[in-house]
Amino acid sequence: MPFLEVKGLNAYYRNTQALFGLDFELEEGSITTILGANGAGKTTTLRSICRMVRTEGEIRFDGDDLTSFSTEKVARRGIAHVPEGRGTFVRQTVEDNLQLGAYTRKNKAEIAEDIERVYSYFPPLRERFKQQAGTLSGGEQQMLAIGRALMLRPRLMLLDEPSFGLGPLIVQEIYSIMRQIREQEGTSMLLVEQNANIALNLADHAYLLETGTVVMSGESHIIRDDENVRRSYLGY
Amino acid sequence: MELFLQLTLAGLAIGSIYSCVALSVVMVYQASDHFNFAQGEMAMFSTYIAWTFLGMGAPIWLSFVLAVALSFLAGVVIERLLVKPVEDAPILNQIMVFIGLLVIFNNMAGWIWEFTIKPFPSLFPADFGFKSSLIGPHHMGVIGLTLLVLLLVFCFFRFTRVGLAMRAAAANPDSARLVGVSVGWMLALGWGLAAAIGAVGGILVAPIVYLEPNMMAGVLLYGFAGALLGGITSPGGAVLGGLIIGVLENWVGGYVPGGSELKLTFALILIIAVLLFKPAGLFGRVVVKRV
Ligand SMILES: Nc1ncnc2c1ncn2[C@@H]1O[C@H](COP(=O)(O)OP(=O)(O)OP(=O)(O)O)[C@@H](O)[C@H]1O
Ligand SMILES: [Mg+2]
Repeated sequence: MPFLEVKGLNAYYRNTQALFGLDFELEEGSITTILGANGAGKTTTLRSICRMVRTEGEIRFDGDDLTSFSTEKVARRGIAHVPEGRGTFVRQTVEDNLQLGAYTRKNKAEIAEDIERVYSYFPPLRERFKQQAGTLSGGEQQMLAIGRALMLRPRLMLLDEPSFGLGPLIVQEIYSIMRQIREQEGTSMLLVEQNANIALNLADHAYLLETGTVVMSGESHIIRDDENVRRSYLGY
Repeated sequence: MELFLQLTLAGLAIGSIYSCVALSVVMVYQASDHFNFAQGEMAMFSTYIAWTFLGMGAPIWLSFVLAVALSFLAGVVIERLLVKPVEDAPILNQIMVFIGLLVIFNNMAGWIWEFTIKPFPSLFPADFGFKSSLIGPHHMGVIGLTLLVLLLVFCFFRFTRVGLAMRAAAANPDSARLVGVSVGWMLALGWGLAAAIGAVGGILVAPIVYLEPNMMAGVLLYGFAGALLGGITSPGGAVLGGLIIGVLENWVGGYVPGGSELKLTFALILIIAVLLFKPAGLFGRVVVKRV
């Protein structure tokens, strides 16, 4: 049985439907990416998993039916969401943001250890630990958002366009840290991107999304190397 | 000089009570995005609860603690039962709930305890072991106790995990949920704390204004003025705002001929002036709402 399994997922914003019978799955320990253009429904997919939009259909995670959960309960089951726009607590310090990421956990010593580990993945955060999150640069904020998600000790991380609005160098840096995290923590990741090239390099599996449905799926390297797919779906 | 000091110290004492009310108002505002017009009546009701315990023979400090604890629970329950169900309702419906609460508490208090004015004892001894010609013992105790309460509240928000979660829930509910915070309960907790702090204010002001169902009307107005002056988004600002209002009010009463009649007018003028010229208050942030 897959770690995360989504079947026949419809999602709605008031009366407008954004997802139409979406199916996909993710194996434990793997990185799966969902690619698509603006408005394809990538963010909505992640928000459906975290119960932030109204949905129909199945969402199963490690044996649990998530559709009956609240957002905070999904978090307590070990799903950490790095949302679109990063969602940091801008008035709180970097350190408080990380503490909040560990809100579901009790053991203070382990939390302190994990803060240390986040700092070792993202050294710029260590220097700014007393700074208000809102005063960080875009790249640092993205680091903080990922660091905050790590503080949950997640079993699954949902990442919504971590490359958004960042220069190519910082995007490279963040993706190489994500690769390290995957190697060292073995965290499963569901990664949503418009930047297909970089996401396909990291991910094991990929799904292509168009107006709320999956139009193609397969192993990342196959999709990456298929020129027809690249031209017709990814546009490069 | 002596008169000036007397007026100022008494102003600080009454101002610290306004600070309690202002802080309650700000905490509810942070949680629910609204002024709780019933905050004063809730505090009045809490004071009657303390008075009832007193009547049953409980010592004054025990009555105080019990009333504050019950107020906390009542605040939580009111949020869950009455405020949460209308959180997505049109703004007028929400305001009606607050005004409804005000009327209900006022009438209930009058019905249970009658509208006659009752003396209410001070929490503090008539003699702290030393005397001052500048400030009476009740006022001295009021300043000390409110400082202690405000310090506790500050430490709770600053240094505890739940305090941090409450701030996060108010600032960014979506992100708070994503890290596992039960935002709804944090808002209810905010209401509970506001009710408890309001109760402290009510019990402290009762010996000064006497106990009756309308005793908080003026105090709430000054509390609102303090909250607006300091900045409705800033708990610390609200506390300072309350103190400033208390002192200014006393100066007006003491120095302006006929000033004691003008005090309430003065508070209203201040509210309007702040709204006109510095809508975010002295210490508040200008909040730009995204549409
Ligand atoms: N809050 C909302 N209210 C109404 N419709 C919405 C809302 N959010 C998204 N939609 C619609 O749902 C569809 C999917 O949007 P979604 O945000 O999931 O796309 P996306 O793939 O994440 O796009 P992007 O790459 O621009 O972030 C779009 O048609 C969008 O207009
Ligand atoms: Mg999106």
